[in-house]
Amino acid sequence: MDTPLVIGGHTFTSRLLMGTGKFSSPEVMKEALQESGAEIVTVALRRVNIHDPKDSILANVDRERYTLLPNTSGARDAEEAVRLARLARAAGGGDFIKLEVTPDPNYLLPDPVETLKAAEILIRDGFIVLPYIHADPILAKRLEEAGTATVMPLGSPIGSNRGIRTRDAIEIIIEMARVPVVVDAGLGAPSHAAEAMEMGADAVLVNTAIAVAGDPPAMAGAFKKGTEAGREAYLAGLGKPRKKAEASSPLTGFLR
Amino acid sequence: MTFYDRIQEYSWDKITEQIHRKTAEDVRTALSPGTMDVDKFVSLVSPSADEVLEEIARSAQIITEQRFGRIVGLYAPMYLSNSCTNSCVYCSFNASNKMDRETLSVDQAVSEARHLHSQGFRHILLVSGEDQGMVSLDYLKEVVGKLRDLFDSISIEIYPMETGDYRELAASGVDGLIVYQETYNPYLYAKVHKAGKKKDYRWRIETPERGGSAGFRRVGIGALLGLDDWRTEAVYLAMHARHLMRRHWRSQVTISFPRLRPAVGGYTPPCPVSDRDLVHMLTALRVFLPDAGLLLSTRESKEFRDNMIPLGVTSMSAGSCTQVGGYTSDSASAGQFEIADHRSPEEVAETIKNIGYEPVWKDWDAAFIR
Repeated sequence: MDTPLVIGGHTFTSRLLMGTGKFSSPEVMKEALQESGAEIVTVALRRVNIHDPKDSILANVDRERYTLLPNTSGARDAEEAVRLARLARAAGGGDFIKLEVTPDPNYLLPDPVETLKAAEILIRDGFIVLPYIHADPILAKRLEEAGTATVMPLGSPIGSNRGIRTRDAIEIIIEMARVPVVVDAGLGAPSHAAEAMEMGADAVLVNTAIAVAGDPPAMAGAFKKGTEAGREAYLAGLGKPRKKAEASSPLTGFLR
Repeated sequence: MTFYDRIQEYSWDKITEQIHRKTAEDVRTALSPGTMDVDKFVSLVSPSADEVLEEIARSAQIITEQRFGRIVGLYAPMYLSNSCTNSCVYCSFNASNKMDRETLSVDQAVSEARHLHSQGFRHILLVSGEDQGMVSLDYLKEVVGKLRDLFDSISIEIYPMETGDYRELAASGVDGLIVYQETYNPYLYAKVHKAGKKKDYRWRIETPERGGSAGFRRVGIGALLGLDDWRTEAVYLAMHARHLMRRHWRSQVTISFPRLRPAVGGYTPPCPVSDRDLVHMLTALRVFLPDAGLLLSTRESKEFRDNMIPLGVTSMSAGSCTQVGGYTSDSASAGQFEIADHRSPEEVAETIKNIGYEPVWKDWDAAFIR
């Protein structure tokens, strides 16, 4: 029996978080959200009119059903991210904030220095902060100490679909973390989501791979299964990979 | 080292020669997986690549979908003034053309902007001829100050300025800069820019860098298509974009594809660029620069624009008017160029949806910088 995922005092059963960017229409996005079983949905503040309940994205994210996780993507430094987060909350966006400080517009890689700075300010403000970071174990600990609700290391650059290229560092983060580890960015296939979960990640966040799939709702369903399968495998206790074959019945068992 | 300094080691003619020497084998190497470099890009735009255009277009589509998703941003240009001190042979705003010259008052600018806002636009591009006397820094700051509550993103396409002036504009709420080199061929550049400050090739080519230094979030470049060989312009654009991305890594580079259209003064483009050429140029640049914003304006026909949506275009203007004050009055003055896509913004948005993409009116938030 699995324990629930707890983020900032809130309890979730789904371990797949979903993004809302890059979809061909809000309707397709809505259907994909349904199929994914996700309970936490991230929305780029730069894309939505947070003040407007009729906004094409927001109107399709049922707040009764989903926890809205506004993100600060596009922010270049701590000051911008904090300003955006505060405005979002003032407009009814809630206490959750996915902190993204990505000064380079091409690979959208997170700035560790500004992310920590912004996290400290937002936590003082009472936000539930989920920071997007490079797979840097020490930064993860620093953020955890500052009081973030999770850490969200990237598997590979956002939108790259390249899977988990930061495996060794993510393993260390998982081993050392006292807050949930959500592998965010770069997961391009359900098998990547399963891999992250098998490694012991608490959850994954997926957007591009679902949004640009031939059939986004079907792909969302596939990611749901991948995430669940990976989680179940982790709980069941995976055998360690070995270089040589090992017989199921030990050859030297008779010696005891 | 500025881009101007960098290109001193190249020559227009040598690059052109290099492009035309590329073989089918070079093109295959360029299309095989691996890191893209300028030499591979040269192969991609060479005549030898003409027959693999479909393959380049497919790559461009996949890359664009991956990096940007199935979305197209919408923006509107707003002409502040057609007053100009330059004499560019291809442009109807040419100071020696006899035409009515108008500059919007701040109030007129606001009412034009309100009109665009009511149509749904949240990204606006302020355009003018090059006349500092009519469109001064203070005037621009005043206009931007009045517009910033209406728009999430305000870009400018005016005359090249000093970094300090750009900083003031950035502080007042401008987040994007567009400045076309028109042609990267310095000899032709001197020929077609007969008078005014614009004669200075170096001053112009270093403008995007001054914009990057001033902190603009988006810096746009472009070549006027039809002036010279599009293949060589494309190589310079690719090098320019990459230079800007390395040096001003916090700014997104955008590239526009202004193709010469009939204008007052009857200029005939010496090197016409066909639809096929334009597809080739745009898709090759997409393959080389996966994250660059690629813009296509209403200079192009609706059929062409609709077909280009899946091929790499990330932003489009819609319902544009290139006359000063043309959105809210029956302006008598000539526009900068002739519009080929006359659909309303709503119609363009509807078509984008029908093609299976989402029209995006807002992809920026003023709160980032203001």
